[in-house]
Amino acid sequence: MLTTQLLYGLAACFIVALGLRTALLHASLLHRVIAINVMGAGVFMLLIAVAYRGPGQQPDPLPHALVLTGIVVAVSATALALALARRLAAEHDDD
Amino acid sequence: MTDAIIWVVALPLAGALAALLLPRLATAVAVGTAVATSVSAAALLRGVATQGVLHYELGGWSAGLGIALRADGLSAMLLMMTALVVLAASIYTSAYITAPAERARFWPLWLLLWTALNALLLSGDLFNLYVTLELLGLSAVALAAFGGKRAAVAAALRYLLVGLLGSMMFLAGVSLIYAGYGTLDMAQLAHMVTAGPTAWTALALMTAGLLLKTALFPLHFWLPPAHASAPAPVSAVLSALVVKAAFYLVLRLWLHVFADVVTPAAANLLGALGAAAVLWGSWQALQAERLKLLAAYSTVAQLGYLFMFFPLLQALPSVTARDVAAGGLVMLALTHGFAKAGLFLAIGIIQQRSGHDSIQQLDGTAQRLPATTFSIALAGVALIGLPPSGAFLGKWQLLAGAVATGQWVWVVVTAIGSLLAMAYIFRVIGHAFGHQSYPNLPVTVAREEWPALLLAAVAVLGLGLAGAPVWQLLEIRV
Amino acid sequence: MNLDTWLPLLVVASSLLPGLIIFFLREDSHRLRTVLNLAGAGLKLLLVGIMIWGVFHEHVYETRWTLAPGLDLVLHADTLSVLFVTLSTVLWLVTTIYAIGYLENSPHRSRFFGFFSLCVSATVGLALAGNMFTFVIFYELLTLATYPLVAHRGTPEAVRGARIYLAYTLGGGMLLLVGTVWLHVLAGPTAFVEGGTLSRLPAEYHQQLQAIFVLLIMGLGVKAALVPLHGWLPQAMVAPAPVSALLHAVAVVKAGAFGIVRVVYDVYGVNFADQLGLLTALGIAAGITIVYGSVRALLQDNLKKRLAWSTVSQVSYIALGTAILGPVGTVGGIVHLVHQGIMKITLFFAAGNYAETLGIHSVSEMNGVGRRMPATTLAFSVAALGMIGVPPIAGFVSKWYLGLGALEAGMATWVIPVLLTSSALNAAYFLPILYRAWFRDPGPAWPAEHIPAARLETSAALLWPPLVTATLALAAGLFAAAPYSPLEWAALIAQREYGL
Repeated sequence: MLTTQLLYGLAACFIVALGLRTALLHASLLHRVIAINVMGAGVFMLLIAVAYRGPGQQPDPLPHALVLTGIVVAVSATALALALARRLAAEHDDD
Repeated sequence: MTDAIIWVVALPLAGALAALLLPRLATAVAVGTAVATSVSAAALLRGVATQGVLHYELGGWSAGLGIALRADGLSAMLLMMTALVVLAASIYTSAYITAPAERARFWPLWLLLWTALNALLLSGDLFNLYVTLELLGLSAVALAAFGGKRAAVAAALRYLLVGLLGSMMFLAGVSLIYAGYGTLDMAQLAHMVTAGPTAWTALALMTAGLLLKTALFPLHFWLPPAHASAPAPVSAVLSALVVKAAFYLVLRLWLHVFADVVTPAAANLLGALGAAAVLWGSWQALQAERLKLLAAYSTVAQLGYLFMFFPLLQALPSVTARDVAAGGLVMLALTHGFAKAGLFLAIGIIQQRSGHDSIQQLDGTAQRLPATTFSIALAGVALIGLPPSGAFLGKWQLLAGAVATGQWVWVVVTAIGSLLAMAYIFRVIGHAFGHQSYPNLPVTVAREEWPALLLAAVAVLGLGLAGAPVWQLLEIRV
Repeated sequence: MNLDTWLPLLVVASSLLPGLIIFFLREDSHRLRTVLNLAGAGLKLLLVGIMIWGVFHEHVYETRWTLAPGLDLVLHADTLSVLFVTLSTVLWLVTTIYAIGYLENSPHRSRFFGFFSLCVSATVGLALAGNMFTFVIFYELLTLATYPLVAHRGTPEAVRGARIYLAYTLGGGMLLLVGTVWLHVLAGPTAFVEGGTLSRLPAEYHQQLQAIFVLLIMGLGVKAALVPLHGWLPQAMVAPAPVSALLHAVAVVKAGAFGIVRVVYDVYGVNFADQLGLLTALGIAAGITIVYGSVRALLQDNLKKRLAWSTVSQVSYIALGTAILGPVGTVGGIVHLVHQGIMKITLFFAAGNYAETLGIHSVSEMNGVGRRMPATTLAFSVAALGMIGVPPIAGFVSKWYLGLGALEAGMATWVIPVLLTSSALNAAYFLPILYRAWFRDPGPAWPAEHIPAARLETSAALLWPPLVTATLALAAGLFAAAPYSPLEWAALIAQREYGL
């Protein structure tokens, strides 16, 4: 149903906004990384909402492919961020 | 010659894998790949010049479903600049990074960065752009943190987070576009996109994300520390190419895909931010105590000039006038790429020889390295926009467009920005003159000094004197 | 290989290529450097000779290269460019010889002569510029080429003086650029055409044209040392004497004055400029500069500074000549371009000789120097008398034509007093020097006798150039009516400008 799509879409926007707010305002590194991941989740949800074509119909596969790619990218980026953060923390302990 | 379009992406990728698998031969593999890719880029440029826009569909999947590569005049020129800069920087790095363990780690990342850049410049659809943006961002961050020094890692982390934020916003915009128009292919979208809430929001999101990545004022805060702490060749590529790639995307979106959506007010906003970038960046460069910080702030300022073209392109009445101004924009971007890369490589040499890059203590080193100092002077001339550099022609078009549309504020900002640039460049060059003499030291150019010198020479003489084809090539567009 | 297309470029290249090679020579490659310099100068002289002959016979020499849509780099030889090119070439040759002698055993000679050659290339390119776009390019190149010369000694004062020089000249360049871009937007690529091209523009543009004129003159006035844009000139005296000689007689200051002449005659057209009221404004600025420069010169004890202020004053005669409507005034202004160049370079050569030979830097140290260095002081005297306007030396001819032109143009009421006051002030600051040099007894010892008295009073390379240029100054005055003299050539320029 179209209202469902709208609901998902709005929820997605809300999640994105939530993630954005925390990413911009929170100082802690871990919070920021998680917030960006939450933002990512929100955007992926948006894409899934976009893929809805109607009741009983096959959803559009293209956005699903995009979401999968996006998840891979997000995971890699998070890994890099955490690796850098760990290196930074290690250096901090050595000081 | 359609094959050249896939070679420029495939070669660096293959090179990266080869360098990873053959760590002891990594440098040779990398430099070899660099040469081969540059030849392919030249072939691509030639192909575009003679045959017009070139297409390639990966795996035969048609547009909309598959990955389409498209090369027009603009992308071919930027690709050629990328190739030459990376080639020069690679030769430089072969002498700069000598420890085998470091080399084994460096070259794969470097070549991946190049792959991402080339793929980005050739992408024909929005999602592919997102993927290449991410690849670019990740490899750039890894390179920026290379060496493991605390300042570099901290700056790289900030760069990463900012980059991710930008990418997420970009992806959100892409989703909206797909929701509204059902396709992600840029050529198709150019015909389909009309003004409306979907288009506005999508453009705003995508632009915001890209502005973060291109470090436009006031979203530039991450750039100076990141570029100043990275190793010299990485700084060169970051300043000259990576931020330029994000700018290229803004240009594509605003001029081609969303051309009907853009309003004068929005263009003026970009112009105003660009003006602020010019003034703030130039001022900060003047205050900088270190050469690399000066160069990084200079990048912030130079990108501002590029954004000041937007209100002009919006307001110029005739298509020919717009094309001439757009050519000036591209000329400025190309010149900056070469000049900034040359500058960072030259600074790298100074840093290696004297152990620091402090401006106050520059005297002895600058005087013992005449070729490097001359490279800095040449690059500086191009950054200021003095003749005969290509930037002079670009600034001329900026001024002419501003006068023609009666938008005098850009003239004033350009004048002040140029004067500030003169001040911070000549502050550095003044240290080249001392009263100690180094008798009978002939002016020789060491192997590692050549790349910087050649890059600066291209910026000042090559583009300045032989730059007319830029306008001709720009007319070949999707 | 069509000579018509290549000649202007070759004239520029004849000093550019030797200069580029010289950069890479070792410091002690004295002979090779000299050969390259003199070969380049000789070749340039030959090419300029061909050019003079050709332009006189209405031959067209033009090199054109497109840099961007609507922006062509044009090197074009017309009567005015040939005048300036000849002056530059002859004086470069003389200054090169002088510089070889002056800088013997100084550090960084290769760098010096490299930039020296670049400087002359830029000057010649500026002289041959065929439109405002090309002019602006070479104007900025000139700044870039002269900066290392001013900073050459590398002392903190030199670097500081060079920085001030740069601040002024680059600022002026910016104004010139904005004015030129504006002009381009209004009137398209403005080629230099005798009689100007802007009068054909509709009346609603006149206000903008006036504003553009102000911008252009301000930009040019920095190099031409128009008050109040002259501040860099006394500061640039930290440069070695050959540089001061070149800067003040040939390159930088003349480039500014030459630009003013170009803008008034070949862009706006002298009648149109007068119509817009621009000539009066220019004349007033010139008049103020003439008097102010002379007054400040009076107050200086340092010889080079006194000569610097004298330059500030004297170059504005050219601007004054431009401001006087009518062929006679035009002739006076243009011929002074050449005359002032020859006379001032003589004075700077002499000042350099005093400093190098005897360590004399100020006027008060010059007592009795005429007995120790008679030839140099004779050259100095001839040039100084020419500056004052004593016949038959060249300076008199220029002043005569300026006065006559002012009378014809009805501007005599204020121009003549300015000329007379300036001549009086010139006498006031030159004659005492001559008196000291010839008629006072020298002190117990010279400040620092670097070159002892031998068969010649100083080294040959330092002695001959001022003698040659002093003779030229005398000849230009005595033989002013001869064909191919500077005066005749200036008359030819005026003739073609006014369409007579």
